[in-house]
Amino acid sequence: MSVERASSLAAEVASGRRTARRVLEEHLARISARDAELGAFNLVLADEARVRADAVDAAVAAGEPAGPLAGVPVALKDNLCTRGVLTTCSSRMLQHWRPPYDATVVQRLRAAGAVIVGKTNLDEFAMGSSTENSAFGPTRNPHDVSRVPGGSSGGSAAAVAAGFAPLALGSDTGGSIRQPAALCGVVGLKPTYGRVSRYGLVAFASSLDQIGPIAANVTDAAVCFEAIAGHDPLDSTSLDAAVEPVTSGLRRGVDGLRVGLLAELCGDSARVKQAGLQSAGLAGVAPDVIDRLDAAADALEAAGATVGVVSAPSVVLGLSAYYLIAPAEASSNLARYDGVRYGQRVDAADAAEMNTESRTAGFGAEVKRRIMLGTYALSAGYYDAYYGKALRVRTLMLREFAAAYADVDVLLCPTAPTTAFELGAKTADPLLMYLNDVCTIPSNLTGHPAVSVPFGTGDDGLPVGVQLMGPALSEPLLMRTAAVLEDAAPAMAPAPAGVAE
Amino acid sequence: MSGTVREPALAPDWELVVGLEVHVELSTASKLFCGCANRFGDAPNTNVCPVCLGLPGSLPVVNARAVDLAMRLGRALGCTVGGAVFARKNYFYPDMPKDYQISQYDQPTSIDGSLELPDGRRIGIERAHIEEDTGKTVHIGGGGRIHDADYALIDYNRAGVPLVEIVSRPEIRSAEQARSYVRELRGVLLATGVSDARMEEGSMRVDANVSVRPAGSDELRTRCEIKNLSSLRSLGRAVEHEARRHAALWSDGDQPRQETRHWDEANGRTTPGRSKEDADDYRYFQDPDLVPLAPDAATVAALDAALPRLPADRRSELAAACAAAGAAASPEAAALLVERGQDDLVAAALKAGADPAVTVTRMVNDLAVEDWSKVTAGGLAALVALETSGQVTATQAKQLMAAMAESGDAPEKIAERLGFEAMSGADLAVTVDEIIAGNADTWQRYLSGDEAERKKLAGFFTGQVMRATKGRADGAAVNRLLHERSARGAS
Repeated sequence: MSVERASSLAAEVASGRRTARRVLEEHLARISARDAELGAFNLVLADEARVRADAVDAAVAAGEPAGPLAGVPVALKDNLCTRGVLTTCSSRMLQHWRPPYDATVVQRLRAAGAVIVGKTNLDEFAMGSSTENSAFGPTRNPHDVSRVPGGSSGGSAAAVAAGFAPLALGSDTGGSIRQPAALCGVVGLKPTYGRVSRYGLVAFASSLDQIGPIAANVTDAAVCFEAIAGHDPLDSTSLDAAVEPVTSGLRRGVDGLRVGLLAELCGDSARVKQAGLQSAGLAGVAPDVIDRLDAAADALEAAGATVGVVSAPSVVLGLSAYYLIAPAEASSNLARYDGVRYGQRVDAADAAEMNTESRTAGFGAEVKRRIMLGTYALSAGYYDAYYGKALRVRTLMLREFAAAYADVDVLLCPTAPTTAFELGAKTADPLLMYLNDVCTIPSNLTGHPAVSVPFGTGDDGLPVGVQLMGPALSEPLLMRTAAVLEDAAPAMAPAPAGVAE
Repeated sequence: MSGTVREPALAPDWELVVGLEVHVELSTASKLFCGCANRFGDAPNTNVCPVCLGLPGSLPVVNARAVDLAMRLGRALGCTVGGAVFARKNYFYPDMPKDYQISQYDQPTSIDGSLELPDGRRIGIERAHIEEDTGKTVHIGGGGRIHDADYALIDYNRAGVPLVEIVSRPEIRSAEQARSYVRELRGVLLATGVSDARMEEGSMRVDANVSVRPAGSDELRTRCEIKNLSSLRSLGRAVEHEARRHAALWSDGDQPRQETRHWDEANGRTTPGRSKEDADDYRYFQDPDLVPLAPDAATVAALDAALPRLPADRRSELAAACAAAGAAASPEAAALLVERGQDDLVAAALKAGADPAVTVTRMVNDLAVEDWSKVTAGGLAALVALETSGQVTATQAKQLMAAMAESGDAPEKIAERLGFEAMSGADLAVTVDEIIAGNADTWQRYLSGDEAERKKLAGFFTGQVMRATKGRADGAAVNRLLHERSARGAS
């Protein structure tokens, strides 16, 4: 199976050389050939997508402007609101919920000519790192169906890796775009906090959540980012700054760029050892991942960048801070699922009991665990010791990263500690599962952008992703650096296409 | 307040300590965080959208007008107005769509102000913060009471309506002062256009924190919060009842529990709500969906420049105008005239030379009408001149005032039309004699009666004279004539 670039697809559709309908049917065929096995989609919108594709073709035939994503099939993580279409968050709580409105990103994708093909599976309410916390069953990794696709945007990453759609949207609260992108061998960008409107993204942790693209290549991720980024008056945390073009500068290279290996996340890297900073490193990043990371650093150096080592000691506190802040916000964000207005309701003698019964029946174990954790962290008498202290770590981390970016332009580190693990391997131990996020969490706490780009495979032949981080609004720089790594990356076998029915 | 049922007073060895929390709905066209109409009385659940229903994925965007009004109120109360942070107050309640209320916690919009009451006393304002209102639950069946209801219906029209909660310091010392504080606050709200402050429609709601302490001490004892007092009358009664309840408990060697209580208007007592000890922990934290408010100095300066004259300023201006004209106005009269917005009219009439005492009396007693827009300062001054010069009687002046409010005509013209030309002393004497002659028996009883009887019958004769003269007679002159005639008759 060869994956076509979304941008070239759009150009072909816009020029009339190919119809959006034909492009769609090819992708729908791939979905029907293999999604029963993978479980990437909660819902495939074949009929709606056909209507939409035909409309795109009609617009092209009528000579109307077609948009940068004309006829490009896009998969949406199922925590993005779609008007009149089930938006479940992979939770029993919202199993039958149809929002009366579209998320801002959905409107922007449509305006760019995209065709929404379906809603993808996730860890319930985006809480998880393997997509095993879905109430509707797990998604499997297209490269090896015994492995997880990562999470929580596992359905979106698997859909792109399997060729079900050239593009997908995910949401990233602690790595939920980047980690599954790494495990599935695709590109995942978490934009700067506030760069993409959160309006219509079902909230997990509002100060950390950000929507971003998952794509088969850097160019497509950049095109999609440009389509969805920009100020939205419906989101108070949306940034008002103009969106700097990304795609036009993608091929400028990295000559003279200052790259820093982040010591705390690359302790076993030869460069970090040479710099005498390996003791700062967190244990747990696998040797084959470190090996790919060193190769990526070499590739950037070969392309003209200088590579050094920088330290941000608070990174080792990131996981702890994150697992206080995110659950605290979640405990409040998820309070509204009380059985009163929408979603799961279990009738009971009085309102309070109805709340309890509905929530007991509607939420899965991980969601309950985080609600309890967050409720505790915010409680009177514990706030300062837990939530308050976590906020101070966040402030400290911002300061350290600001200092680091005085010396380097971008930071390089792994995206995930290992390649894709087996289903069930970590479900019994939540803390072990949480460790998957150790490399991705810092950018959520700082609000800075970060991208995961595939760079070869591990000892098991499964994809390895490396992560680039930069200061606020540095997406153009990050994506241009990612493009250099993409070009230098060792060839990787695409995921099998499945058997056509 | 008229109609107040007088409660037995608190024993003098106890002092009342009251702090008030007043919620007011802001007079905005739309809600605090969405574009839905902020309107009372519409069909249930018609002014709702994904944001004020708290649907998944929706986000709040703060209404700039609401912030502006809240800051304006803050400045009118002399508060420090500055940077503020929205926080979430987390608790479950079916009429609260998100199961948290967006409010302000440790950084409210306004802090440290005061409100000056008509008696000159200043009550400290601790804070005034912005928050969103909840929906409204209607219990169906079981007489509408929450515990006996068959089911409940919720109207979310009110959910997300902008409120400001004004928290006083515990510096109120009597039920009357509590009412006066709320009346005064209402005056400020109306003057600034911040709220229509209608207690009966729920756009102004009062919670009272009540405790007592031995007179002369400055300790703060256990308080109870009486929720949702919906009229000044209820406020006064509830505060007095609660104070006596506390005093009785302390006197018995017992003590009140810190708790929320409800006012039972029908039975004239407070009943326990939930206890503060097992109250919810609200788990306040900064709302990550909203950015902090950071008004700059120029914004606050512009608010100050646009502040209207406030009731306290107008009272002192009126008092000064009266003093300049040679008489003092009572604080009650000044407060009433300012509340009615008639203070400028009075001041202008005084400037035109009207007698201050007569002007104030006439205004306070005889212009308590809805529409007095046709009464001019010149007209008022002319009316007062007619009365003080004896050209019309007090009774006639009252009638002229009513006619002026209705027609807007000059008082001289109305007096002429109604035949209110001064009645000469000779004409009046003739009339009085005619009335005496026509009621000879009664006159005999008057002459021979004791003081009480004479007083009663004097009223009868005055009434007859008034009827005969169509009110043109001066009551005092009639009395004088009756006296003269009886002295003559007795001799």
